[in-house]
Amino acid sequence: MTVPTVLTVLPYGDRAVLVELTAAGDVLPLRGALLAQAHPAVRAVVPAARTVLVEFDPAGVSAAEVSELIRSCQAMAAGSETGQPVGPDPVVVLDVHYDGPDLASVAELSGLPVTEVIRRHAAAEYTVQFCGFSPGFGYLTGLDPALRLPRLATPRPVVPAGSVAIAGEYTGIYPRSSPGGWRVIGHTDAALFDLDRSPPALLRPGTTVRLRRP
Amino acid sequence: MIRAMIEVLSSGPLATVQDLGRPGFAHLGVGRSGAADRGAHRLANRLVGNDESAAAIEITLGGLVVRLGSAATIALTGARCPLSGHRTGGWDAALSCPAGSIIALGTPATGLRSYLAVRGGIATPPVLGSAATDTLSGLGPQVLRAGSRLPVGGLAVADPGDPSGNAQRTLPRASPRLAAGPRADWFTPAALAQLVGACWLVRPDSNRIGIRLAGPVLRRRPGAELSAAELPSEPTLPGAVQVPPDGQPIVLGPDAPVTGGYPVIAVVCSVDLDLLAQLRPGERVSFC
Repeated sequence: MTVPTVLTVLPYGDRAVLVELTAAGDVLPLRGALLAQAHPAVRAVVPAARTVLVEFDPAGVSAAEVSELIRSCQAMAAGSETGQPVGPDPVVVLDVHYDGPDLASVAELSGLPVTEVIRRHAAAEYTVQFCGFSPGFGYLTGLDPALRLPRLATPRPVVPAGSVAIAGEYTGIYPRSSPGGWRVIGHTDAALFDLDRSPPALLRPGTTVRLRRP
Repeated sequence: MIRAMIEVLSSGPLATVQDLGRPGFAHLGVGRSGAADRGAHRLANRLVGNDESAAAIEITLGGLVVRLGSAATIALTGARCPLSGHRTGGWDAALSCPAGSIIALGTPATGLRSYLAVRGGIATPPVLGSAATDTLSGLGPQVLRAGSRLPVGGLAVADPGDPSGNAQRTLPRASPRLAAGPRADWFTPAALAQLVGACWLVRPDSNRIGIRLAGPVLRRRPGAELSAAELPSEPTLPGAVQVPPDGQPIVLGPDAPVTGGYPVIAVVCSVDLDLLAQLRPGERVSFC
């Protein structure tokens, strides 16, 4: 069971506070508990790596009251492992072709054979910790520790849409073609961000992701 | 039914369709975007009898030339541009224009962003509930260029003319106020003093994503230097003052990414965000 421990509530201007947590695993439970409160003056609860931004309407609630709300959510979130206010976490299964340009260098840097890099990456179960960088780009935790490598020293000007890549503790999939510095090990044909879908992002905070080799 | 159209003959340095943006999608990696000077945008809409959230044209450093395909009521607000053609005055007021009118804006003497609202609103299709052009993510209508044609909608909700009676909106030439940021303690006391004490130069590479400032180097505390490379991505908001390792601050704009890895030293007060929208490259700004 995850018991979120609020490290500290930091000021973020006159309409938000930033909650800093002790562990990445506390971020989604706290977000879920805050969303479940559905405070009318809380406008947005945005997760990231170790922090949660709580944006509020200063006309409806004070920063001190929001801080109180956050602390009251600690107890609530203690009963939730999922971080989702309603319903179970969605599970997404993605077909991944392991044919990325950085596969060989990842094998070399990790000291593992290419086949083992692929096996370990495909075997892990991932959770979308947060989204950022571009619409629908999820930061997925759950990466095998042996595959944690720094970003490329020089980012690529163009990384194709669907590229499956790793950097640090995360796996990510580029929703659209963009510059990028993550190590690309494969690709998927899944539509990560589709405006004709509601919600448009396939991977959302809390989503469980499993990878399959077609 | 043939819809009224506005045809762009020249866009100037940058012109986009903007409304009040798409809040509520930051957790999916989608920023708010929307008008940079929301006060000026809302006023333009009120003047033509639109809902304040209607889409209008945001003009950067003037230069926009449009032809009205049919008779229309328009309003221009924000940075005051010379208005060539047969119109005189015409700022912060509703203007009735016959079909075929050409609205040609010169370069504003001060300020950066102007707004052109048309009665009925710009009716480009909404994306995630908003017609705003997000110049970072590419969501929303394309950046306007010569030949762009914008449909006019039928969304007017009131008679033209600002019912609140305060159509004359003068932006005070005040310094934007700063509120505390989450990582102020990463910086030396001298850096915090310099942030508010210095006269910052607005760099030419500033845009809707961020205003890049040049001035004294804001130094981090010795302890913070060590962890500087390790600050994990944190959520951001427009108005946040990020400080990259070079010590030159960036004030995030409406199209900024929703997460960032640089420490936020301070955040511009929400009521002063419109002041940021009017800062032009080469200008100086100080905070208080």
